[in-house]
Amino acid sequence: MHSEFLMGNAAIARGAIAAGLNVVSGYPGTPSTEVLETAAKCNDGGLYVEWSVNEKAALELGAGAAYCGARTMVTMKQVGLNVASDPLMSLAYIGVKGGMVIMVADDPGPISSQTEQDTRTFAGYSKLPCFDPSSVQEAYDMIQEAFEYSEKYHTPVLFRPTTRVCHGYASIVVKDEAECKRVEPEGFVRDPSKWVIFPRLSFAAHGAIEKRNAELSAVFSGSGLNKVSAGSGKVGIATHGISYTYVMEAVKALGAEPAIFKVGTPFPFPEEAALEFLKGVDEVLCIEELDPVIERGLTFVCGKYGLDKKIKGKLTGDVPAAGENTCDSVRGMAAKALGIEDSCCEAANDAPELPVRPPVLCAGCPHRASFYAVKQAMRGQKSVFCGDIGCYTLGNAMPLDMVDTCLCMGAGVNIAQGIGHIQPDTKCFAFVGDSTFFASAITGVINAVYNQADMVLVVLDNSTTAMTGHQPHPGTGRTMMGQVVDKVNIEQVLRGIGVKFVETVDPLKHGEAVECVKRAAAEKGVKAIIFKSPCAVLVKGKAPVKIDSGKCINCKKCINSLGCPGLVIKDGKAAIEPSLCVGCGLCGQVCPVDAIGGG
Amino acid sequence: MQNNILICGVGGQGIVLTSKLIAATAMSKDIPVMSAETIGMAQKGGSVFSFLRLGEGLHCPMFAKKTADLIIAFEPAEAVRMLPYLKEGGRVIVNSHPIMPVTASLKGSSYNGSEMLGYLAEKVNDVKVIDGEAACEAVGSPRALNMVMLGQAVKTGVLPFGIDEVEEVMAKTVRAQFVEMNSKALRLEI
Repeated sequence: MHSEFLMGNAAIARGAIAAGLNVVSGYPGTPSTEVLETAAKCNDGGLYVEWSVNEKAALELGAGAAYCGARTMVTMKQVGLNVASDPLMSLAYIGVKGGMVIMVADDPGPISSQTEQDTRTFAGYSKLPCFDPSSVQEAYDMIQEAFEYSEKYHTPVLFRPTTRVCHGYASIVVKDEAECKRVEPEGFVRDPSKWVIFPRLSFAAHGAIEKRNAELSAVFSGSGLNKVSAGSGKVGIATHGISYTYVMEAVKALGAEPAIFKVGTPFPFPEEAALEFLKGVDEVLCIEELDPVIERGLTFVCGKYGLDKKIKGKLTGDVPAAGENTCDSVRGMAAKALGIEDSCCEAANDAPELPVRPPVLCAGCPHRASFYAVKQAMRGQKSVFCGDIGCYTLGNAMPLDMVDTCLCMGAGVNIAQGIGHIQPDTKCFAFVGDSTFFASAITGVINAVYNQADMVLVVLDNSTTAMTGHQPHPGTGRTMMGQVVDKVNIEQVLRGIGVKFVETVDPLKHGEAVECVKRAAAEKGVKAIIFKSPCAVLVKGKAPVKIDSGKCINCKKCINSLGCPGLVIKDGKAAIEPSLCVGCGLCGQVCPVDAIGGG
Repeated sequence: MQNNILICGVGGQGIVLTSKLIAATAMSKDIPVMSAETIGMAQKGGSVFSFLRLGEGLHCPMFAKKTADLIIAFEPAEAVRMLPYLKEGGRVIVNSHPIMPVTASLKGSSYNGSEMLGYLAEKVNDVKVIDGEAACEAVGSPRALNMVMLGQAVKTGVLPFGIDEVEEVMAKTVRAQFVEMNSKALRLEI
């Protein structure tokens, strides 16, 4: 044993390795990404690591390895679980041989996600055991237990930290290398009655799963995964995850000692532990993030056992329905429930108006050039611009204002078709990044070609998965095992599908880019433009451009058309911020008097 | 003994490394550490922060309002944004150089940070304003700001270690060619 300062996600990866991990697969997504990256960094050669093309592929690959007796982990963010849910729902019936942990990071807030869905609820729906760590140390310890339970009960299990656990850091105690487990997979043993899903097997498995979950509820109640601490007074607090640590800080600050129920296994709900907790209290405040899972569990237990207790939380309006908790909000809720006067969190707000800082496309980002080219080319024509998930969602911001829709990974290409069928007079564009193209847009293009859609697909190819921190994908020619491999060529994929108009252009050559968009928009059928230019963060920038103050007429067209953070106003005039400008030269091509040069 | 430290600024200013060095120095003295910081979409030109806690008996990497011993702000408006976290009698170190967001440029705003510095002076007894641009010039690198700010933070005496200990950890953490520049920045007299 020794201590290390680790990020929660790194602790999860290290815990999985300590549990004898053989295979890890996943798809990047905040706040889950660093788990797989850490595993790859720690790989001594005994581990197979891959960024799969999407979460469904990752989960199916993990299942195959687990059928062989390998210990496998699959990583994703909460919305990734929606993509992987088809194999997951069936895998719950089939089960596994080697321990299989599906690591799904939830994002209360949401801070960088489309939804505030709760994987604990998904656990109940899919009937899979679920583990919910509250700290970096607990994440490290708990994932090792999750592997043991998975293997013992032959079922995949869900492990769901939230953003503040994933991205929190702490000095924690970890195992030395010699203390880590090593697993030698037995291999795949053929048994069609076990590995081939059929209705009869599913009927039998359903009954067995319900029986197992009842048993697990009792096992979890008696384990250290759920904690009941007795307290004084008749009001108790039930909580979980990072909110548990807020509660602990709050009761310390308030000088209170209520009974606390910490739920580490929200599914199967630990009924016996809940009964023990409820014995000592008349009223419970459930402090949760996302869904009221514990609140529903306790309310159910009260009904089942005929207990006369008041259960409060999100369902009773005592805890906000949406958003993440904070130290301050939890302290406020706890003080109110415990009947303690507390004014600490109320601060006078007399601060001057603060500049707002919404996230923006980086200085020199080629996506800015791509959006601007399409905007210029389509000026005056009836058009719709369907966006997708990635950095380029930020193309919605003023002054570009080029994202009319955004739903989920790969949706834009299909939404554009739907709009086109209802509004045939509209030029329908779908923007998709290279990683998202591989993850889930290819089927949409096939759909468009086959069903005779009229649309322009714009692939924003910056040769990386930029939003989540530059992970490789099939178009980059690198793998997480360190191999250099043949790239999957997007242009060839599109031609193979049957797209006749496919052109690749550098979006930073503004004139050429605009002409290309005009040609594409004029044709009938499915057209594709690949705007190819590397992510500005990954290439060494050129020298900042310079504004010739003699030529500049101070029209501010550069600022007002592009919204680049490298362009600022200094003493009332457009100026270059040299610490940000990477000399992409787009503003020089926009300037009506040719006053910007260099780069 | 517990310390709550808040480091704040704008994405790309080197806040994460500053936080890591304080944590690593504390670890080298066997002081338990917890921290939490902004990661993801907000980093792209957005407000970023790092909560840092040192000491025994910590539950949570974040802390409540009015409990920070020290705020290290890399940008004036960000100092004001995070000021509700400062405890009574807490200290603030702030870089005076403002960073104008794109939204302000588009609106033709005249934000220059001076109003923010005025507000801080009025609200906080112990606020030290650092001319970050001049300091970086003195060190000889535009990338020295985070080490300058860290050096000034250590000088407050709030942290449970001195400049020699930070320097030793820094030398082990950053690439060899940056050690000398960082040492100069840490030790800069302002």
